Amino acid sequence: MKVNGVEHPAPTDARRLLSDHLRHDLGLTGTHVGCEHGVCGCCTVLLDGAPIRSCLMLAVQAEGHEVTTIEGLARDGEPLHPVQQAFHECHALQCGFCTPGFVMSVVGLLAQHAKPSAQEIDEGIAGNLCRCTGYASIRRAVDRAVELQK
Amino acid sequence: MTTRWFGAPVQRVEDDRLLRGHGRFTDDIGEGALECCFVRSPHAHARITSIDVAAARELPGVVAVYTAADLPFGDVDLPLLIPHPNLTHGRTQRCLASEVVRYAGEAVAFVVADSRYVAEDAADLVQVEYEPLPVVITPEVAAAAEHLVHEDVPGNVAAEMIQETGDVDDALAQAPRRKKLHFRYERGASSPMEARAVWARWNEAERKLTVFDSTQSPTSIRGGLAVLFGLPESHVEVIAPDVGGGFGPKIMLFYPDELLVPFAAMQLGRPVKWTEDRQESFTAVNQERGQVHEVEVGFDGEGKLLALSDDFIHDGGAYTPYGLILPIITAAQIPGPYRIPNYRVRFRDMYTNATPTSPYRGAGRPHACFVMERTLDAIASELSLDRVEVRRRNLIQPDAFPYNLGVAWQDGNTVVYDSGDYPELLDRAVKMLGPSPEGDHVGMGLAIYVEGTGVGPYEGAHVQVLVSGKVVAATGIPSQGQAHATVWAQIVADELGVDVADVEISSGDTRRFPWGVGTFASRGAVTAGNAMHVAAGMVADKAKRIAADHLEVDPADLELVDGQVRVKGSPDRGIPLAAVAVLSNPVRYAFGGGTEAATQFTSRPRPGPPLPGPALPGPPLPVGEQPGLEATGYFSPPGSTWASGCHAAYVRVDPQTFRLEILKYVVVHDCGRVINPLVLQGQIEGGVAQGIGGAFYERLAYDADGQLRNASFMEFLVPYATEIPPIEIDHIETPSPLNPLGVKGAGEAGVIPVGAVIGSAIAEALGVPITEMPLSPLRLFELSKG
Repeated sequence: MKVNGVEHPAPTDARRLLSDHLRHDLGLTGTHVGCEHGVCGCCTVLLDGAPIRSCLMLAVQAEGHEVTTIEGLARDGEPLHPVQQAFHECHALQCGFCTPGFVMSVVGLLAQHAKPSAQEIDEGIAGNLCRCTGYASIRRAVDRAVELQK
Repeated sequence: MTTRWFGAPVQRVEDDRLLRGHGRFTDDIGEGALECCFVRSPHAHARITSIDVAAARELPGVVAVYTAADLPFGDVDLPLLIPHPNLTHGRTQRCLASEVVRYAGEAVAFVVADSRYVAEDAADLVQVEYEPLPVVITPEVAAAAEHLVHEDVPGNVAAEMIQETGDVDDALAQAPRRKKLHFRYERGASSPMEARAVWARWNEAERKLTVFDSTQSPTSIRGGLAVLFGLPESHVEVIAPDVGGGFGPKIMLFYPDELLVPFAAMQLGRPVKWTEDRQESFTAVNQERGQVHEVEVGFDGEGKLLALSDDFIHDGGAYTPYGLILPIITAAQIPGPYRIPNYRVRFRDMYTNATPTSPYRGAGRPHACFVMERTLDAIASELSLDRVEVRRRNLIQPDAFPYNLGVAWQDGNTVVYDSGDYPELLDRAVKMLGPSPEGDHVGMGLAIYVEGTGVGPYEGAHVQVLVSGKVVAATGIPSQGQAHATVWAQIVADELGVDVADVEISSGDTRRFPWGVGTFASRGAVTAGNAMHVAAGMVADKAKRIAADHLEVDPADLELVDGQVRVKGSPDRGIPLAAVAVLSNPVRYAFGGGTEAATQFTSRPRPGPPLPGPALPGPPLPVGEQPGLEATGYFSPPGSTWASGCHAAYVRVDPQTFRLEILKYVVVHDCGRVINPLVLQGQIEGGVAQGIGGAFYERLAYDADGQLRNASFMEFLVPYATEIPPIEIDHIETPSPLNPLGVKGAGEAGVIPVGAVIGSAIAEALGVPITEMPLSPLRLFELSKG
């Protein structure tokens, strides 16, 4: 599978979760695990460009696919991706644990809707739980990301 | 002091690494650690008749399996954190149960293996035989005392406390109106997105233990581990790295894993890591909010309170690791912003066969607020008075501070409100809320609360100016997302006249600052914030002394501005703070960074106090002065600071589906002087969201057997964005007279009144009595059917 543009050998353990593979085999610990039953969205990554829960997928199932994690959005030393920048400007993160999942979901949302309505924003982030922000600042960040992506 | 940074909406300095996926949470720390899994009791109350770990130990990849019999501290009761004379029957659990389990989820065995996958396989092979015992669930069942949670605790009562101001019986007897009311609040869970985790490494050569722990109190964990393992505190390092939310329950001393992981690392000579999964988080992490209140209130025909008596039972859970702090807080916070001439409160802290309780954001206050506000709604209803007007008639007035409530506070003192303006809160909130929206099944709710914040004992801070001119500062309390690194930097930057970007903060790392208490009780800004202010002020004074010597001026004529120490009114006469840092440390060997200016051959003779003997200009390091441009300062508050606020809302309830729609939600908030409005807004928005969850979605559903029936995010419904409306926020500032910065805490405020607001609004929308929390569409359906 290709992760953030780099080809990696297949995982050897058939029951290894994609989330564990990314975190503990490839060292991409920016993908977080909040519930391991597909509800909280912390582990959201892009599979061929679309947001998926990496805790609900076996690593071997990602063979032949392209995975993008939070680390793949902006390389070290480069400016933040517009969605990341918008989260910073709008104080859309507090503890930062759910944040990579939200950012990946919003990247997926904006790929589908370049200028989402308020309802599309709520639906676009309604697969991710945040316990700190109350979501208001995340909604503002999505609006800001739309501006930054222009 | 200048106030350039204090009060400004400074964007957070901690964001970049978190946004790039470079945060460092405990489970992110690898280094080949062994991984662990617990065997936990499936029974809420049972006697253990046998434990067989042989098969688990034989599984390839398993390194160790521990039961209580394998632990040198296996028969030691874990600490009781906050002892109190009224806690006559305090009980704590042991690290691993070996005789009786008293809640489903209590730890029985601990497996260490090459990987988490193998550890979980091995945990399945541990055979534990149980003999079930009668289960005591709900505080009412506990009070009936048909069965006991602890054989040696009569009546299941851990603690009882009665307090009274005035003469309640007499005042009730004479009151023109009396009303008896019953209220019930059930348990919820804080559910931080990061569950708990501990990583430990033992260095045998240096005899040093290093622990990364998602705790809210690394300094206390360090102290406890040092005592347990017989090590000097300097040989134990505890670090709370990035922590993914806490909200209270991440502070304990100890959860079993906090001992077992370091113990296993010392035994096995390898790093060991345990990461909680979400399911065990639901049963193994402390919970809160279960209480049942019986109120009698006396009032006059104008709706003025004359007397209030509340007799409540608190669902303490199976053990009392956190003492009776929760019911004490509730008892103290029921009167809230209202003047009650005669007040009596009695509580009993009940043992139940459920997960132990300890503070969860709000900590005893959401229930207290619910009781008081629903009582006022009942008075308004009985007298056909406006709910706003009834509140206005009973509020403590702005000229009444300091206001002594006359009941005990959690710090051992009596509750004394330091400052506030409650009528202003109410007036602004009502104005912001505006007229009611059109339509059927719409209701209005409002509630006012006070919150004792910033409790002691103390926090400290170390601040140092480096020879580069950059500033490093450290405090013992960790952050779980509250932007400590930003707001401490604002406070330090103001004192030292530097840019926020030049201040780097360390928090929650005992290697950097070993003293302190923890992050809880909305206390960080008051305690650590003021400690930062004190320490940075000491550094500023020292910088002025050194610069005064160098510039041959009076220190009182100097100021710290733009990274310079300069003469007031003569901006050209000054030296860079970086140069002062160099001069503060007279050296023999120049090592770069400008230090050649401070070697013994180049530094100026110092006019310190004269030494005995021949007249000399004084030693390079003046008598009484320490090297380095640094200082350690502490702040110990004389009493709690009392934040306050008023929330109001309009809701609509669908009469068919009983879906809740929050049409408008407004907050007027007072936490004294505001350090960073951006951060404060986030705290309040997040708090209200958590309060909405606790009011309508997040009920821990225990059955009569003590089984938690909704231990997953599939069934315990933490709200998504689709459930949380926009929140409109306004502030007033009544500075606290109890600390130099005039600040009060803000961390818990958003949560406290939400249940009372939503309950009141739903009661009006549906015309049904609301005396319980949390609610749900199903519960509203039941209530509407009578």
